[in-house]
Amino acid sequence: MAMTGVLRPGHISMRVLDLEEGINFYKNVLGLVETGRDGQGRVYFKAWDEREHNSVLIREADTAGVDFFAFKVADKATLDKLDGDLQAFGVKTERIPAGEMLETGERVRFEVPSGHLIELYAEKTDVGNGQSYVNPDPWVPDAERGIAPTRMDHCLLYGPDIEKVQEIFEKVLGFYLVEHVVMEDGKTDLAIWLSCSTKAHDIAFVRHPEPGKLHHISFKLDSWEKVLRAADIMSMNRISIDIGPTRHGITRGSTIYAFDPSGNRFETFCGGYDTYPDYKAVKWTWDEVGAGIFYHDRKLNERFLSVVS
Amino acid sequence: MGQRFAVTIEDSGERVACADNDNVLRAMEALGRKGIPVGCRGGGCGVCKVQVTGGAYHTRKMSRACVTEAEEADGVVLACKLFPESDLSVKVVGKMVKAVCAGIQGST
Ligand code: FES
Ligand SMILES: [Fe+2]
Repeated sequence: MAMTGVLRPGHISMRVLDLEEGINFYKNVLGLVETGRDGQGRVYFKAWDEREHNSVLIREADTAGVDFFAFKVADKATLDKLDGDLQAFGVKTERIPAGEMLETGERVRFEVPSGHLIELYAEKTDVGNGQSYVNPDPWVPDAERGIAPTRMDHCLLYGPDIEKVQEIFEKVLGFYLVEHVVMEDGKTDLAIWLSCSTKAHDIAFVRHPEPGKLHHISFKLDSWEKVLRAADIMSMNRISIDIGPTRHGITRGSTIYAFDPSGNRFETFCGGYDTYPDYKAVKWTWDEVGAGIFYHDRKLNERFLSVVS
Repeated sequence: MGQRFAVTIEDSGERVACADNDNVLRAMEALGRKGIPVGCRGGGCGVCKVQVTGGAYHTRKMSRACVTEAEEADGVVLACKLFPESDLSVKVVGKMVKAVCAGIQGST
């Protein structure tokens, strides 16, 4: 697939209740690489195999949750075009100047009807993955430090009016629906998984009365072996595990859900299938939603639909 | 250090022994009890909200989205951030919201 327009998830900014606890978790337990701190008190991280300066930002606040989630677009012309397209579609946008985030170019920010702030950007400094672009080795010592995901992969957000969100992502940003869960009425979507690439999901939404909520931020691992290793590291560090290791029916990923020290849920997963824009979306019905979410237990745990930050 | 206190969950009548350096939610979970709903265990989601009805305690930082200052002053706290300094009794305030039904009603 020739990738144009929106390329991939780029960064998430999250709130933590205690900054030092947050830094210790994201750096030493999850095993991200710290890449900077700014004047607003934000701490920047990247996963070892990511090349751009940052993909995860945390700041201390009175509440947990997500501040904004961003996507990288192909170039500056694409950024300008998508900004215009969003406005033409009736979505208000705001330009955030280059440098407001460390090593990051101008961002276009807008709020979607689920109450989340989404951003687009075209430029961020390439700091590399610790390897040369000429004759590189396959991995670096950071690849074995902590859980050490290869990348920040996607997020699942909770909020109202997800059909309106889907319209913006599909009609303006070029995403397509990969899988969805239909509620008891057989019509209304409870949840949607959207892709801008060949990944089974780049962002997902679940219908929820309260706007702007974070269900989880997800990090990719290379193998099931590494998912089990992640579970061991979580238990060694007394990390609060929600469920897993197990498998999702939806997207087929092998997964663990757990919580950072401030109650923000995160996922470490491997697998999931490749998809293309011409693929027909996979549907899960209400009576099989348990198997869709947790394929082995075939039932939702109490927390899946009600615990968010 | 190392003192243990009895925590009574009034709703279910369960009694749980809790070390002074352990949070009440963990003490309950460690023994397989289910008196208080369990969520993130990090003070961020609010499902483990309880009202302390008796005893001395301290808390660690809790999300303001879950516990207001007025509530906190009134002894409403998150069990995952609640540490006993004497025997305690608590009443469950938080619950697992039935988000799906509310979601359907809120949609068009
Ligand atoms: S379990 Fe989430 S705030 Fe206590
Ligand atoms: Fe996920």
